[in-house]
Amino acid sequence: MDGMHDLGGKQGFGRVRHALDAQVFHEPWERRVNALYSLAVRLGIFNMDEYRHAIERMEPRHYLSASYYERSLTSLATLCVEKGIVTREELERRARGAFPISAPSAPGRTNVAVRERFTIGDRVRVRADFVPGHIRMPGYIRGKTGVVVGESPPYPFPDAHAHGVPAEFEPTYDVRFRSEDLWPNSADAALVHVGVFQSYLERA
Amino acid sequence: MSNDDTHPNIAPVERRVDAIQAAFEARGFKPAEVIEEFEHLTEERWIPDNGARVVAKAWTDPAFKARLLANGREAVADLGLTMPAHHRHLVVLENTPTVQNVICCTLCSCTAFTIIGLPPDWYKDLEYRARIVRQSRTVLKEMGLELAPEVEIRVWDTTADTRYMVLPQPPPHTAGWSEERLAALVTKDSMIGVARL
Repeated sequence: MDGMHDLGGKQGFGRVRHALDAQVFHEPWERRVNALYSLAVRLGIFNMDEYRHAIERMEPRHYLSASYYERSLTSLATLCVEKGIVTREELERRARGAFPISAPSAPGRTNVAVRERFTIGDRVRVRADFVPGHIRMPGYIRGKTGVVVGESPPYPFPDAHAHGVPAEFEPTYDVRFRSEDLWPNSADAALVHVGVFQSYLERA
Repeated sequence: MSNDDTHPNIAPVERRVDAIQAAFEARGFKPAEVIEEFEHLTEERWIPDNGARVVAKAWTDPAFKARLLANGREAVADLGLTMPAHHRHLVVLENTPTVQNVICCTLCSCTAFTIIGLPPDWYKDLEYRARIVRQSRTVLKEMGLELAPEVEIRVWDTTADTRYMVLPQPPPHTAGWSEERLAALVTKDSMIGVARL
């Protein structure tokens, strides 16, 4: 989905709030959220792709205003409700107030049927796919051409794995793009590498 | 999120965490034990000292460095360092005098957290995620890393379950130093690639 989470290349944001003693956690509840969502993964309630997608499905204004760990919390609650572990009513009764959860999921998809095997140095194009469900293709590479510089071991296909759709494992390719190709005349010169699933690619 | 017209009476975030934790407790999931376990993991195990050891070893042991660049996950396992099951691949990116690698995750906030430590707050912020892929030289300069024009910037967006870490260059005047002394110089920022040593 072309969601609010897909931030790469979005303009208008200010300086990074960098600090040399940057914190990982600010409040004790953030540590608890981190542990609780990891417990849910360990218990098999959901996988990491489902977890990421439930964050992407947050109401956009909520997504932008929530801290990282509030997004984690919202995904955890959403999936526990959707999987029948707990009802939203129980959560709201226990929280003594409204407990916002993410919007329902659209259908996922399985791997592309005919996938090409690439080798380092191959020129590839990212398919111009538009899907309503989970996808790990950032919008800024859609339809763009780059060069394969690395190959990963096979992973579960996220567009399926986030939706309980059966799918094959497939490799990802580290694809090198030139920032001038991604944002012509509108980017600092750099090589931008993206881990792209095989199903998203075709030979250029 | 504050209360507004679209979401009246939202419970404070801490009470929402309490609610999930209590629901887990009621179902026998033993959340308190896991919270305590994670206190230990996040404070003592998933720390940048791990990555610093990896970097210092690579600086002083060419055979290890070659293994690290060829297969990061296996090489760090030689040092007793583990990665979660879903982090199936670790790609180590070597800086040179004319190449600066920098990692990010524009879609969420993925990192090789068991090796370089949990991501700092700014890495997860909207600003870094939106800008580093498109305005890399400007953002690095704003963060205190002004690179000479001949230095090529290579940004790596963590969009799959491959994890990346930057192998920084050793600081000048450290030839002959022990691994331990070198490791003390290595920062999380240098392994993300927003600082040089």
